[in-house]
Amino acid sequence: MSTRYAMVVDTRLCVACKACVLACKAENAIPEGYCRDWLVEEVRGEYPNLTAENRSERCNQCSNAPCVSACPTGASHVADGGIVLVTPDKCTGCKACMSACPYDARYVTPDGYVDKCTFCIHRVQRGQEPACVSICPTRTLHFGDLSDPDSTVSRLLRSRPYKVNHPESGADPNVYFLV
Amino acid sequence: MQPVEIDFGRHNPGVDPQLHIWGWEIPAYLFLGGMVAGLMVLTAAVELRGDRPRSWAMQLAPFGALGLISLGMGALFLDLAHKLYVWRFYLAFRPASPMSWGAWILLLVYPALAIQGLGGLDATARGWLTRTFGARAGWALGQADEHRTPVLWATLAVGVSLGVYTGLLLGTVPARLLWNSAALGPLFLASGVSTAAALLLLLPLTDDERHRTAKLDVAAMLAEVVLLGIFLVGLASGGTPQRSAAHALLGGEYTAPFWALVVLLGLATPLALNAAESWLRRPATRLAPLLVLIGGYSLRAIVVAAGQHSSFALLP
Repeated sequence: MSTRYAMVVDTRLCVACKACVLACKAENAIPEGYCRDWLVEEVRGEYPNLTAENRSERCNQCSNAPCVSACPTGASHVADGGIVLVTPDKCTGCKACMSACPYDARYVTPDGYVDKCTFCIHRVQRGQEPACVSICPTRTLHFGDLSDPDSTVSRLLRSRPYKVNHPESGADPNVYFLV
Repeated sequence: MQPVEIDFGRHNPGVDPQLHIWGWEIPAYLFLGGMVAGLMVLTAAVELRGDRPRSWAMQLAPFGALGLISLGMGALFLDLAHKLYVWRFYLAFRPASPMSWGAWILLLVYPALAIQGLGGLDATARGWLTRTFGARAGWALGQADEHRTPVLWATLAVGVSLGVYTGLLLGTVPARLLWNSAALGPLFLASGVSTAAALLLLLPLTDDERHRTAKLDVAAMLAEVVLLGIFLVGLASGGTPQRSAAHALLGGEYTAPFWALVVLLGLATPLALNAAESWLRRPATRLAPLLVLIGGYSLRAIVVAAGQHSSFALLP
């Protein structure tokens, strides 16, 4: 079975410190005012019966990626391990991929091409974890190969209840949230 | 239902708080592209029925359409964020990407319109062309005449493809809940035919041409009314995502401009004016075609804007 990279976010451990956001910006030299990952803090209910959930979100590296289908030039493509990437030299900045993304996870850089989370593929290819995963102080974020039943992500998804964002989009996302 | 408070820590330009990546350029391109599609369909269909263009406006319509599609492509170019890489559209054909289909269809529009236009010219225009450009013009005119019927069918096919594509560019985007409807393709085609007829009606035509074009305009507007109804009913009778998207036009933010500019001003009033002019046997005014043009642009501008604001992230 071929490699299928995924990320698992433990919403029970996340304290919304935003270290993942800063690590990503530093590692990938993200322009000021932009971000590839972000924090969502969701509070439900009425006092005193409140529940809170913190989610570190990013591109879901969908198995059925609508951004890749929408791209007219092939700039958006699926790389090894199922990671969705954008080749800047092929991107016209037409923004078809941005309108197709159910998660609004893409943006146009000041240089004119579209950018998004790459699961830090340059680090993964060196055997390292994505920057956001490696810096997380509460071990909220886990990264690994879903096709390997012994990987951390596979074991976590076997042992804990989880959800994905907007499953109704049909995009088959690969960022999972332990609940 | 529990109250929910969401603090969203993302502020990417063009994306947050709601997607707003496509401004006036895309509606302008869809409007001009739809109008050109309509001109191709109308002029080719009329001639295939045996009526050659008589007035200079009808004869020059295909050449005018070349200018309009170039304007539309100019608007599309202005929208590109990475303009120097525009040539990348023509280094790939991606069957799953409507925009890729559109890029290649636009390339077919130019030769189809040019050859169709040449074959529709009268003796005076042909004489001028031959005197100005010599034997090459004579050869081109001969080719246009020799293959007239296949050229007209090709023009019709390219016109239908272009018109449907302007709608499906939006209709095939599941992430934007308002756009995700197969009805948008035929709806934008019908609207394109209607705006093309309206443009022609603003020009000096022969009485026969005017009468025929006005009838086609009414038929296209009636088709548009039906397709608009199918589009809205399809959304309003769907699940939560579709109903939420339909709300934008049925009580939400875009309700007033949609019903005022598209339905009332762009469809109901021109239809009523046409009916009154026909019933009272009065000569047609230029008001109805003008309103059709306003309605055609408004339809695209409102659908493009409202669609960008309808996403899974904004569902209740």
